[in-house]
Amino acid sequence: MNSLSNFDFSVAFAVAEAFIIALYVVLDGFDLGVGILFPFAPRPAERDLMIETLAPVWDGNETWLVLGGMVLLGAFPGAFAILLPAYYVPLALMLFALVLRGISFEFRAQGGPLQVVWTVAFAGGSALAAFCQGAILGSFVGGGLQVVGGRFAGGPFDWLSLFSIITGLGVIAGYGLLGACWLIWKTEDDTQIFARELAFTTLLCTGAAIVVVSLWTAFSVPQIAERWFTLPNLFLLAPLPLIALAAWIGVLRSLWGPRDWVPFLCAILLFLASLGGLGASIWPQAVPGVMTIWEASSAHRTQVVLSGALLGIVPVILAYTAFSYWTFRGKMPAPEVNT
Amino acid sequence: MDPVLLSRLQFAFTIGYHILWPAFTIGIAWFIVILNAIWLTTRKTVYRDLARFWIRIFALAFAMGVVTGVVISYEIGLNWSGYAHASVDVIGPLLTLEVLTAFFLEAGFIGIMLFGERRVGERLHFAACMIVAIGTLISAFWIVSANSWMQTPVAFTAAGGHLVATDFWGVVFNPSMPYRLAHMVLASFITGAFVVIGVSAFWIVRGREGDQSAARAAFSLSLWLVAILVPLQIFAGDQHGLNTRKYQPMKLAAIEARWDTAKRVPITVIAWPNPDAERNDYAIEIPLLGSIILAHSLDGEVKGLKEVPATERPPVLPVFLAFRVMVGCGVVLLGIAFAGLYLRWRGTLFRARWYHYACVVCMPLGFIATLAGWTVTEVGRQPFVIYGLLRTADAVSPIAGGAVFGSLAVALVLYNLLLLSFFFYGGRLVWRGIQSLTPISPVARPAGVVGMAPAAKKTINELVV
Ligand code: HDD
Ligand code: HEM
Ligand code: HEM
Repeated sequence: MNSLSNFDFSVAFAVAEAFIIALYVVLDGFDLGVGILFPFAPRPAERDLMIETLAPVWDGNETWLVLGGMVLLGAFPGAFAILLPAYYVPLALMLFALVLRGISFEFRAQGGPLQVVWTVAFAGGSALAAFCQGAILGSFVGGGLQVVGGRFAGGPFDWLSLFSIITGLGVIAGYGLLGACWLIWKTEDDTQIFARELAFTTLLCTGAAIVVVSLWTAFSVPQIAERWFTLPNLFLLAPLPLIALAAWIGVLRSLWGPRDWVPFLCAILLFLASLGGLGASIWPQAVPGVMTIWEASSAHRTQVVLSGALLGIVPVILAYTAFSYWTFRGKMPAPEVNT
Repeated sequence: MDPVLLSRLQFAFTIGYHILWPAFTIGIAWFIVILNAIWLTTRKTVYRDLARFWIRIFALAFAMGVVTGVVISYEIGLNWSGYAHASVDVIGPLLTLEVLTAFFLEAGFIGIMLFGERRVGERLHFAACMIVAIGTLISAFWIVSANSWMQTPVAFTAAGGHLVATDFWGVVFNPSMPYRLAHMVLASFITGAFVVIGVSAFWIVRGREGDQSAARAAFSLSLWLVAILVPLQIFAGDQHGLNTRKYQPMKLAAIEARWDTAKRVPITVIAWPNPDAERNDYAIEIPLLGSIILAHSLDGEVKGLKEVPATERPPVLPVFLAFRVMVGCGVVLLGIAFAGLYLRWRGTLFRARWYHYACVVCMPLGFIATLAGWTVTEVGRQPFVIYGLLRTADAVSPIAGGAVFGSLAVALVLYNLLLLSFFFYGGRLVWRGIQSLTPISPVARPAGVVGMAPAAKKTINELVV
C-alpha cells in the first residue's frame, strides 16, 4: 500500500483518459466519417455497402465514448461536474444525434419505403455528432469557462463561438477523412474509387483546419503560445507537428497507391499527432484555466479500485475487439447490379 | 422553468424508455441461447429457424437499448452533477466496471451474433450468443447494485459533503441488492417470455402452415418457462417487500398508503390516498392480511407515514397505485401461466382459441409491470436521491431550465418516433413470420474471405420484401 500512496494516480489517469479518447476518436471517427460521406455516395447500392462495413463494429466503437465519460467521472469528478453542465447543449445534441444514427443501422437494414428516412438520419446524425464533438473540443481548449466555487456558473451557449464552429467543421472533415480511408481499405472497384476521391477533398479540408486551429490557439491563448514557443519545449514538442505533417503527406501520396491500408494508417497517425498536440497544449489542466488534474481527482481509494479495473480488463477488451475485427476482415464485395 | 422538476421529468422519461429494452433483451438473449442449444443437440430445424427469427427481433431491441442507454449514462453528469460529485467515490467504480465488464462484452460479440453465423461456424456463433446473454446479466448486476446502494446506502463515510466507500464489496452487495437483482432479472425473463408467448399465439391463431411447427414449439417452451418464473417472481417480490419494510419503512408506508403505525393492520386493496387529510378515501380493506403479508406475522407492526414530517414523505398516490398495477399484472400473468398448465394437461393447449387471444392481449403486461415496479422503487425513495443522505434538489446540475426543457422536448419527440418505428419494423417481422426465413438455409458459404455475404443478404431481402 505504501508504494501505492506515493504513486501519482492523477497523472496515470490523465494518460488513461487520453488513451481512451484517442481510441474513441479513431474508432468512432471512421464510423461517423462513413456517415458523413453518405450523401456523396454515387448510388444507393454503395450506401448499403458502406454501412455494412460498420454494422458489426459500430456498437463497440461507441462504447469507448461511454467508457471515456465514466472514467472522467470516476477519476476526475471535479472536472466532470463542471464540464458536463457547461456543455449541456452540445452534449445533448451529440447524444440525440448518436441515438438517431445508431438506430439507423437496424432500421435502415429493414428496407421498405421508409429507408430513405434512415439514410438521412444516419448521415445527419453522424455529421451533427461530429460537429458537436469538435465544438466542445474547441471551446474546451480555448478555455475561459466561468466557474464559481467548483460549479459551472455560465450560460448554456457560452461554448458557441467562431472558433468552436471552426473546430466543429474541422472534426467533420477529419472524421470524413478517416471514413474515406477506411472505405479505401474495406471496399474495391467503384466504391473504392469514390472513397479515394473523397479522401483527397477531406484531406485538404482537414489540413486547413489543423493549420487554422493551431495558429488561432497559439495567438489567442498566451499560455499555449508559451508552452510551444519557449525552450526547451520548442524542441521537445517539435516531433508532434512534424509527425502530423509527415502523416498528412503520407495520406496524400498513398491515396491512389496499391497498398490500400496505408492511407488509413497515415490518417490515424495524423489524428494521434494532432490530439497529442492538443494534449501538450493543455497539460496538466483538467479544465483549462480553472482546475488542474490534481485538483479534479477523486479519492485515493477510488483511484486504486479504478486503475486495477482498467489495467486488468482493458487488455482483454482489446483482445476480443481485435478478434471481432479479424472475423469481419477483408474486402466487402462490390454491390451487384440488378440483384 | 425549474431545472429540478424538468430534470426529474427528463430522467424519468429517458430511463423509463431505456428500461423497456433491457427488460426485453435480457430475456430474449437467454431464450435465443436456449433455442440454439436445443438446435445443436436435437438438430430439429424449427429451433434453428426460431433462433434466427428472434435474433432479428433482438437486434432491433438491442440497438434501441444501446442508444437510449448512452444517453442516460451522460445524464448523470448533465442533469445530476451534484449527485455525481457527491457520490462518485462510491458508485463511480460500479459504473465504470459495468462499462468494462458488460457493455464491451456485449458490443464485442453482438456483431458475431448478428452477422457471423456463416463466418465463424455454429459453435463459435453459439458461444457469441451466450457471451452476449451473459453480458446483459453482468450489466444488470452492476447497475442494479448502484441503484440499490442509492436505496440502502451502507459501507461509506461522509467527509466534507462527499461520500467515500470504505468497503467495495460492502457497497456492491448492499442490503437490498440481492432482492432487487433477483426481482429485476426475473422481471426481464418474464417480460421476454410473454412477448414470445404472444407472438407465437398470434401465429397459431393466424394458422399459416409454414409457421405452425415453430409457433407451437416456442409457445410450449415459453409457457413452461413462465409456469416456473412467475411464481418465483411473486415469491421474490414478497421477500423484497420484507427487505423494504426493514430498510425503507416510509416507502413501504407509501406502498400501503398507511398513515398510522399499527399492529394487526388490514391490507388496503384499493383506495384514493388523501395526503392533505392524511387518510385514505374510498378504501376497501381486508382485515389482518396486511400484517400477515408485510410482516409474515399476525402481530406484525407496520410503520405509518405520520412517523415523519410531511416534507420527508414520498408522494403517496403514484407509489400506491403503481404498486397495485405491478401486482395486478403479476396476478394476471400467473393466471395465464397456470391456465397454460391446465390446458396442457387437458391436451387442448394448441386448440383453445380464447387462450391464444388472451396471450396476445397480455403481451405488454411484463413491460407495464416493470415500469410500475421501477416507479414504486424510485418515487418511493423521494424526496431523496440517496436515501436519507442526499436530497433530489441538491443533486441537480447548475443548468438553465430552458436548456433542460429543450432537451426534454427533443427526447419526447425523438423517442416516441423511434418507438413507433420499432413497432412498425418489429410488427412487420412478426407479420412475415417464420415462413419467410426458412429459405435462407440452402445459401452456401460464399467463396473466399468476403464481406458479410451480401449475396445471401440480398436473397433474404428479396424474400422478405
Ligand atoms: C436491469 C438491467 C438494466 C438497468 C436497470 C439499466 N440498464 Fe442500461 N443496459 C442494460 C441493462 C440495464 C443492457 C441489457 O445491458 C443493455 C440494454 C440493451 C443493451 O444493448 O444493453 C443496456 C444498455 C446500456 C448502455 C449502452 C451500452 C453500449 O454502448 O453497448 C448504457 C450506456 C447504459 N445501458 C447505461 C445505463 C444507465 C446509466 C442506467 C441507469 C441509470 C441503466 N443503463 C439502467
Ligand atoms: C432502469 C431502471 C431505473 C428506472 C426505471 C428508474 C426510474 C426512475 C424514475 C421514474 C425516477 C423519477 C422519480 C421522481 O422524480 O419522482 C428516477 C429518478 C432518479 N434515478 Fe432512477 N431508475 C432506474 C435506475 C436508476 C439507476 C441505476 C440510477 C443510478 C445509478 C438511478 C438514478 C436516479 C437519479 C439520480 C434520479 C433523479 C433524482 C430523482 O428524481 O429521484 N436510477 N429514476
Ligand atoms: C405479484 C407479486 C409482486 C410483488 C409482491 C412485488 C413486490 C415488489 C416490491 C415490494 C417492490 C419495491 C421494492 C423497493 O423498491 O423497495 C418491487 C419492485 C419492482 N417490481 Fe415487483 N412485485 C411483484 C410482481 C412483479 C412483476 C410480475 C414484475 C415484472 C414482470 C415486477 C417488476 C418489478 C420491478 C422491475 C421493480 C423495480 C426494481 C426493484 O426494486 O426490484 N414485479 N416489487
